[in-house]
Parts: sequence; structure tokens; C-alpha cells
Amino acid sequence: MTALLQAEGLALPGRLSETGLTLAAGEIVCLIGPNGSGKTSLLHAVTGIGGPSGSVRIDGDDPWRAGPARRVRLLTYLPATRELRWPLLARDLVRLGGAGPEEVEASIARLDLGAVAERRVDRLSTGERSRVLIARALAPRPRLLLLDEPTANLDPLWQIRLMEMLKADLAKEGGAALVAIHDLDAAGRYADRLLVMQSGRIAADGAPAEIFAGPWIRDIFGIERREGVWQPAT
Amino acid sequence: MSRALAAGLALLLSLAFIASLTTPWSPIAALFPQDPELAWALLVELRLPRAALALVYGATLGASGAAIQALFANPLASPDLTGTTSGAALGAVVTAYLLGFTAPIALSLGAVAGALGALALLLALAGPRAETATLLLSGLAISALAGALTTLALALAPSPFAFYDAYDWLMGSLVDRSLAQTAFAAVPALLTIAWLLRLTGPLDSLALGEEVAQSLGHDVLRLRLQIVCLTALGVGACVAIAGAIGFIGLVAPIFARRLTRGHPGRALLPAAAIGALLLTAADLAVRTVPLGRTLPIGVVTALLGAPFFLWLVAHMRFRLRS
Repeated sequence: MTALLQAEGLALPGRLSETGLTLAAGEIVCLIGPNGSGKTSLLHAVTGIGGPSGSVRIDGDDPWRAGPARRVRLLTYLPATRELRWPLLARDLVRLGGAGPEEVEASIARLDLGAVAERRVDRLSTGERSRVLIARALAPRPRLLLLDEPTANLDPLWQIRLMEMLKADLAKEGGAALVAIHDLDAAGRYADRLLVMQSGRIAADGAPAEIFAGPWIRDIFGIERREGVWQPAT
Repeated sequence: MSRALAAGLALLLSLAFIASLTTPWSPIAALFPQDPELAWALLVELRLPRAALALVYGATLGASGAAIQALFANPLASPDLTGTTSGAALGAVVTAYLLGFTAPIALSLGAVAGALGALALLLALAGPRAETATLLLSGLAISALAGALTTLALALAPSPFAFYDAYDWLMGSLVDRSLAQTAFAAVPALLTIAWLLRLTGPLDSLALGEEVAQSLGHDVLRLRLQIVCLTALGVGACVAIAGAIGFIGLVAPIFARRLTRGHPGRALLPAAAIGALLLTAADLAVRTVPLGRTLPIGVVTALLGAPFFLWLVAHMRFRLRS
């Protein structure tokens, strides 16, 4: 597989130690780690938020130097927060993400937001609002999706739908996704690779089966799987 | 904003400008047959600066208010409530009455410095993503302090007439300004509006949150700095010539966003148009209300704006509770 994302020497002072990262086309890579381990910082660094050092190339192109029109074709970022600064209409919020009109409508339809598209986002349920924000990030169909807790606030059906949708899109279009997620089962089910974050650095990188079989989950999270469910390690 | 709406606003602005030039019409109509030259001079040298100043100042307040509201993501922010206009008035008064520089350029520089100081203090006190309460309290404190210091500076000024100018500085006045003075306000103000209009896209993106705006390629820190400096320049230049006028910068963007489906950045141009209309209307009211004397224009904008502000606060409170 060809490398879609190549990041070298990525660092954010006090938040992320110097880190290298490669994502192949078609790959979903999940970032797992306890609170404060650096998952969001790594997403910020790749996006170019907070003045990171190092370099990022997506298909050989530098997204940090790309203008807004080109940048949304290279990467989009979904922050973990569902708080909104301004009460826009749902459709307008998706439009502000830089996608074309047809892409906007397609994204609204895929996230099943047609009925609420002309409503103000602050008057939607948290789950609907999350879907609006996801629709904004997916609409421009970028090469790399950087998603922070995309399934948070979604009901179980939508959690599955969203991850299946990502998987199908990436397989079809050859993009890649870097997804920070707390749900280890979802990470294990949908990721091609897991990156375990600890204290602002990547502590382990491997296929889900390999990571779950190793010592990292127990050592870093302090949990282990017993009787088919995650429980505090003994 | 659709083309029809833009055309409607342009038509209203033209009508307001003509009304401002010709109200009241009877003295000019009476003078034209006897001394057309004097009547013409009256129009060009007295009415024209006043009408133009009302349009430019109102537009500056509208556009600056829209930009500040978008930046703070708060519909209750405006140049007067954030202390920008009071800071500008203080800067101009200190320059004129304590430092003794009365040239329009000196007044403008003093006012811009005062406005910048007030905005810098606000950012330091309330932070760039201020909660409504913090923003309003900080703005109130800065406005009160700047207002008190302006009055003090006028009271302590060596000129015996300075204190009588307090009305003009604190409540604004468009009366008896020359064409040259108007130009001193208009040039920086129009530059400010033109530059602010280039920021409509980034300001709309900011509605998605600072992180997303950054991910879309906008330099949020630079945007913040530009808005603070531009609003200080535009508002400062207008205050230096016409004193502090309140509430237009609060009200105009709120009406404007109703024309832009709530987009805070795209509301800049209609907010400028509505600000210009509102200030011209207030000036026409000052001239036509039969009270036997001229009211300070800031009194009219406050009388109309304050109830609107109270309604807005009550509306927000109701929404929060429900």
C-alpha cells in the first residue's frame, strides 16, 4: 500500500513529544489512550493547530501551506467538542466546511439530516448536532479525516452506521482516517491499526489483535478483558 | 443576502442621504430665489458633512459591531458595550484638552490609541472567548472608567469652555462639522469597512469554532488582531470627529443577521448599511423633533437602543431558561 500521510518530527511543546506517523491509503487508524495521553494533541499537530513543529505530507502535498480551498480536499478535522459558538442553521454549518453544494446535500442525506437541515443547530438534540458536525467534516471528501471521538453522543445504531460508512468510503475512495476513540471494542472492530498513546507519545503501534494480546492495555489503561468485558485490572 | 435585498438597502440609503441633505427644506427653499450661492453653500458646507458623517459613522459602527460580535461569538458585544467608543472619546479628549493638540489628525490618533487601549484591556480582562457576563461586566467597567476619566479631563482642562464640550464627546454630535473634518473621519472609516469586508469568510468560519477555523486554514490569532486594530481605527477616527455614539453597533448587526441566515461574517455589509440608516434616521429625528432645542444624537440612539438591548437580554434569558 502507498503512504497517504507521512508525518515526521511532529511535536507540540508540552503536549506531544517528537512523533513520526505514516498512514496508508484506505487505512483506518484508531488512537487509543487514557485522558490526557495526547490523542487530541496528535490530531491537532497533524491538522496544524497550535503551531506544531515537524512536517506533514498528504499525497506529497503540504496541508499546512495549502489555502482553504485546497486544504479541505487534503484534510478535515472534527473536534471532540459538540459546543457551538454560533447558532447557524444545520445546512449552513455543513456548507461552511468548504464542500461544493452537491457534496453538502449528499453529506446531509447520508447522515439523515434532511428533516433538520433548516433548523438552528442549538435547537437540535446532542446526537443530531453531532451528526451535523460529522456531515461538515465528511462533506468535502478529503484524503485524510482527523476525527476526535466521532461516535460520542451517537446512539448505538448511528455509531455502527458511521464506522461502517467510514470503512466503505475509505475502501472505495482510497482515503485514510485517524480516529481518536475511547471505545476499545469499536476501535478493535473497525481499525486496521491501533496507536496506543501515553504521556504525549505513541507507546505502541500495531494491529488490534496484536495490541490487545500485548501488555499495553493493562499497563496503560489499568484494565483487562475478563469474561468478555473490560474490567479494572487485578 | 439576495440581490433584491442589497438593492433595497442601497435605495433606502440613497433616500436617507437625500432626506438628510434636505431636512428641513423650507429654509433652503426660501433662500434659493434670494441668494442661490448662499443656499448652495449651506447645502454643501453644512448639510453635506452632516449627512455624510452620519452615513459613514453609522456604517462604521454597524460593520465594527458585526465584526466584534463574530469575533467574541456574542450578540451582545459592540463597540460601545466593549468600551471601544468610550476609550476613543477619552483618547481624543486627553489629546485635545490636556496635551493641547487640536488638529484633526492628532485627535484621530489620540482616539485610535484610546480605542486600542480599551480593546486591549477588554481582551486582557475578559479573554478572547468571553462569557456574556464577563464580557459585559468588563465592557461596563471600561466604559464607566473611560467616561469618568473623560469628564475629569474636561473638568481639569485649562480651557474654560472645555466642560461644555462634554455633551459632544460623551453623547456624540454631528452638528457643524466641516467637509475636511468629515474627510478625516471618512477616509480611515471607509478603509476599515473595506478591510473588514475582506474578512467575512474567515469570520463565518470562526462560527464553527477556533479549532475548525484553524483546520480550514485561517490564522485565528491574526484575524483577532486585525479586527481589534481595524475597529479601533474606524471607530476611533469617527469618535475623534463626532464623539461617542452608542447602541448602533449593537443593534445593526442583529438586524443584519436576519438577512444573512444568521451568518456572522456575511452580516458585515448589511450591518454597515443598517448602521448608516439608523444613525441617519436618529439624526433626522434630532432635527425634526419639536423640542425647541437640539438633542445630542447619542440621547436618541440610547433612547431607542436601550429598550432593544433590554429586550435582547430578556429574550436570551428566556431562551436559556427554556
